Amino acid sequence: MLKISNIFKTFNKGTVNEKVAISGLSLTLNDGDFVTVIGSNGAGKSTLLNAIAGTWLTDSGKIEIDDIDITRLPEHKRASYIGRVFQDPLMGTASDMWIEENLALASRRGQKRHLLPGITKAERTHYAELLKPLNLGLENRLTTKVGLLSGGQRQALTLLMATIKKPRLLLLDEHTAALDPATADKVLSVTDELVRRDNLTTLMITHNMQDAIDYGNRLIMMNEGRIILDISGQEKKQLTKQQLIDRFNSLSDQKLESDNVLLS
Amino acid sequence: MGILYGIMALGIYITFRVLKVSDLTVDGSFATGGAVSVMLMLSGVSPILSLLCAFAVGLLCGTVTGLLHTKLSIPIILSSILVQIGLYSINLRILQGSALKSISVDKYPLLINVRFVSRTILIGALIALALIAVLYWYFGTEQGCSIRATGNNPAMAKSNGINTSTTTLIGLALCNGLVAFAGGLMSQYQGFADVNQGRGAIVTGLAAIIIGEVLCDIFFKKGSSFWLRLTFVIIGGIIYYLIMVLILWMRVDSNDLKLFTALIVAIFLAIPNFRKGAAV
Repeated sequence: MLKISNIFKTFNKGTVNEKVAISGLSLTLNDGDFVTVIGSNGAGKSTLLNAIAGTWLTDSGKIEIDDIDITRLPEHKRASYIGRVFQDPLMGTASDMWIEENLALASRRGQKRHLLPGITKAERTHYAELLKPLNLGLENRLTTKVGLLSGGQRQALTLLMATIKKPRLLLLDEHTAALDPATADKVLSVTDELVRRDNLTTLMITHNMQDAIDYGNRLIMMNEGRIILDISGQEKKQLTKQQLIDRFNSLSDQKLESDNVLLS
Repeated sequence: MGILYGIMALGIYITFRVLKVSDLTVDGSFATGGAVSVMLMLSGVSPILSLLCAFAVGLLCGTVTGLLHTKLSIPIILSSILVQIGLYSINLRILQGSALKSISVDKYPLLINVRFVSRTILIGALIALALIAVLYWYFGTEQGCSIRATGNNPAMAKSNGINTSTTTLIGLALCNGLVAFAGGLMSQYQGFADVNQGRGAIVTGLAAIIIGEVLCDIFFKKGSSFWLRLTFVIIGGIIYYLIMVLILWMRVDSNDLKLFTALIVAIFLAIPNFRKGAAV
């Protein structure tokens, strides 16, 4: 459903800070794929997600969703296909607005916004029901400003917002990296639940190799703006951390002693 | 007059607090509103219709600033200064070359005027209440919410499918529409349109907003509702005016008035920080 063909992206072209972030990357996702993405810092993981979401346009190459060419489409137009959770918990929500207002904004993704009420009574009840399974008590705090929530609560809310209007593609950019381990686990399990429930096609970047192995049906490893490893199916299920490290060492010219580099 | 400051400040509130940008177009569009209103009335248009036209012209001024920003990527503060400067010439054109055009309250049915104070206060208060109601309703709609989200977190807004260029444009247009409307009211109140009428409008507006917010925080707890905050913007405008009157009453040279304005705004800007410091 997602088809990326030979995309390139260079930042600060022609300056001393020139950085080739993505060089000739191609990737095809099938419907319902839950792909975890790993790779060392600067491998181009976030750049890949930004390219798909349309934060900026790629230098060359083509990106298609459901055979629709979105390569030149601005970010807000792609949003009708894409749900997104950022690494920074502050990025995905409007902090001065209420929880229910944030959800209402997200549920109107891909629609024209008219002079109708920004949120209806029926929606409020619906949102309370959606928030309940998170077990964070947010269902009783619909008119609390999001800025007063903790990072974990905000990420869980962003996740709900990204999936409230079923997206064709869900992009998760290390969305648990800024959370404490217990909260991160919780948000990850909510993620897994939502992805399974709606059978969402998902790209999830993670710095945690074990998570990359445990979640999803496919794993890709990136290095220097390219995909160097793509494992799925039975092979992915039997994968161990040590195998991953060995594969990385043999495929890239960098050497890893443990997963420390990947975790850092 | 304080209420009129407050109405102008409602417009500035949209850009300064909702969109969180500094729009200096208002110094120009406030005078434009006055000029348009007076010239139309002089040619026989009714005062109410002339105010609506002032509002429409204000929308246009804001749109120009918005287009310079969104289409040509000029920072808002710069594009608004450009429009403000340009408007000075346009205002002179509207006033047919004279810096000041008076309109006699005896010959024209002005809505409000210094001559009848109690009626002016009543009409001013009614207009202010109506505007608060409309703004409260508008920022609760889908479109209004998307403008608030844009000011709050543009990255979030975009990833939820909001065209932030459009919302910024709408916000700037509305702001200047309201400011020009207030400019029209001001010229009816004073009985003349002055090409320099808008000088310092942004500072006056900010003063009203900030005085209002500080008082709102003192009397009500933080995070009070939107309509209450808007009401306090009007109150802020009135208090700002009273402070100015007080300063003039103390026989301060009127040439020093702008200096005092700057001082007052600086003091009120600092108060919330002092209060925070005291709490720590």
